[in-house]
Amino acid sequence: MEIKRRDFLKVSAAGGLMLAANADPALAAREPKQRLPEALGILYDATVCIGCKVCVSACKQHNDMPPDFSSTDRTWDDPLDLSSRTLNIIKLYKNGTGEVKDRETDGYSYIKRHCMHCVDPSCISACPVSALTKNPENGVVRYNKNACIGCRYCQIACPFNIPKFQWDKAFPQIKKCQLCDHRYATGGYSACCEFCPTGASIFGRVDDLIKEAKRRLSLTPGEWAHYPIGRVDSKHTSYRQVTPYINHVYGEKEGGGTQFLMLSNVPFEKLGLPPLTDKPDAAVSEGIQHTIYKGMIAPIVFLGGMIYAVYQNTKNECE
Amino acid sequence: MHETKPLGGKILTKPFLVLTGLTLFAVLLVIIRYIFGLASVTNMSDGFPWGIWITYDVLVGTALGCGGYAIAILVYVLNKWQYHALVRPATLTSVFGYTLAGISILIDIGRYWQPYNLVLPWYANVNSIMFEVAACVMTYTFVLWIEFAPALMEGYRHALATVPEKWVKYVPKVARDFDPTSSYTKLNRWIFVFVAVGVLLPTMHQSSLGTLMVIAGRKLHPLWQTGFLPLLFLISAITMGYSIVIFESVLSSLGFKRPMETDMLAKVSGIMPWLIGAYLVIRFGDLLWRGQAGAMFTSGFLSFMFLLENILYVVPLVLLASATNRTSPRMLFLSSLSLILAGSLYRFNAFLVAFNPGPGWHYFPAFSEIMITFGIVAFEIMAYLAIVKRFPVLPKAEHA
Repeated sequence: MEIKRRDFLKVSAAGGLMLAANADPALAAREPKQRLPEALGILYDATVCIGCKVCVSACKQHNDMPPDFSSTDRTWDDPLDLSSRTLNIIKLYKNGTGEVKDRETDGYSYIKRHCMHCVDPSCISACPVSALTKNPENGVVRYNKNACIGCRYCQIACPFNIPKFQWDKAFPQIKKCQLCDHRYATGGYSACCEFCPTGASIFGRVDDLIKEAKRRLSLTPGEWAHYPIGRVDSKHTSYRQVTPYINHVYGEKEGGGTQFLMLSNVPFEKLGLPPLTDKPDAAVSEGIQHTIYKGMIAPIVFLGGMIYAVYQNTKNECE
Repeated sequence: MHETKPLGGKILTKPFLVLTGLTLFAVLLVIIRYIFGLASVTNMSDGFPWGIWITYDVLVGTALGCGGYAIAILVYVLNKWQYHALVRPATLTSVFGYTLAGISILIDIGRYWQPYNLVLPWYANVNSIMFEVAACVMTYTFVLWIEFAPALMEGYRHALATVPEKWVKYVPKVARDFDPTSSYTKLNRWIFVFVAVGVLLPTMHQSSLGTLMVIAGRKLHPLWQTGFLPLLFLISAITMGYSIVIFESVLSSLGFKRPMETDMLAKVSGIMPWLIGAYLVIRFGDLLWRGQAGAMFTSGFLSFMFLLENILYVVPLVLLASATNRTSPRMLFLSSLSLILAGSLYRFNAFLVAFNPGPGWHYFPAFSEIMITFGIVAFEIMAYLAIVKRFPVLPKAEHA
């Protein structure tokens, strides 16, 4: 009996170790998710943006969002950052004298911020109740208030700090950009792109947006070129002189890729965008969890061992 | 087997009334929170969506609630029945640690009226670390109450008898006639299953509580961000479990003027240096392996917090490595206190101090936020005092 019990303890200890031990996260990470072929997204070109904020206003209007006041006279909507009232914002980078547009030193640049609609989103992996889901066709990341329990783990998880919580409400929700997917059925698309007068924000298939971004990067500063307005496949274009770019499409690979892509001539980190690696955090986190709980084998072995050990020990002691 | 016995004595003592005051003040603040939203009582923000309620009440609270788990491993799994006297007080601490963590969560979560979504198959997300934590903590809280039920059942008739004459008429007849003796025998026959589940569940969720931060990626400083978070959280929770048992045993010996359980505590604390040693080897080995050892000294305030956290681990390691120290109640008290602080600081660092959502975000708990936590702790102590005085939890004193 004694030997048998010892063996059992060993087996369950092994189960316990399988539960507890985990390898280097780089080894445990699951495969990152791949871009959906029909994914929809937005390309924002900071060099084309004139900072008029029509996109901010259009976003509010078409998503029924309340104004967000930062000044004391509360005359007009003037948000300083994204919040549960503001799903899209244009922010300003300024350095030194701020003389020249799209220059890092003594210059300035605009930057547009809203949900990145990640290829492998941390928020979706984090949410315990599937309140955040990714559309299997167009990849839009949506929020469902009927599922949400308000734990705010999505906020901890998001590398871009996008999900916002209604801190001042008794019955709060998470708010974030949903790429205006409620407007597609009637032929509309993301309001921020539809109403952008310069083509700084354009809407379309992510594949086409990446191609368009690469085309712009291949242009020579000083030459004249067409920039589509509204949608990436639009015939309506603006004809303008090309200004220089940093040779990088932000979002093509960052954090496993995003469906919101950006071009700029000021380093993205200066514009407040995190310098993420190509590996999505969700893959690392789920990899560790799946290694430990694969098929629930380790927990079941461990539990079996525990039941046996506790039973034997209590039986002997009570006799 | 040893005997347990209610301590007896008055429940409504002065400290008890002070604790009642703290609890009622917290209740008032919680009502405000439910009417006006979380912003009305907390300093949490979109940058710091988790504050002290999660870090203290849930993370530290349940780790301290690992006393029952740590002692159950010792007694029921490793068959060391000489520690059996520690089981009931430890389980009681765990019952409150977990139940009140659960209550904190219901105060903290925004959409508190639909937590049942966690168990609806079409909503449950098994890839979510939070799902695992939530499901495990809920189940374990239930299991803890079952594990503690024998003490309540055994002491029920006796506790009823202590109700003052003039109040007896207010006790409903059902409660007056209730006699749980037969269910007690039945439950005792199956309790081993619950004890076993009670060992599995904390192993799962105390490690997963660490895994929670993995997905925060670069928002958590590299001194804390590692794939070893689950293992480090698990080991430190076990050390905190043993520490709280030692800590409470010494405190209740002093407070209730009972003999010290030094012999038993000396043996329990003999395990500690091994656990702390393993923890520190992993903690520092991982930093070296990831090439982040330099960050221990170059991260400013965070370096200070890191060193403080680990010094608090090294102190009990050194103290408890000596067999003579392990027989000194003073040294036992100091080293268990140091370990409790170490584990708590590790949790605060990993979830708040070293968490950086970006420029412009700051967090320090609001007064009302802290008072709600105080109220919860006050309630915990009140309930502990009341139960050990009326129910057979603490071992019968040989002499006092």
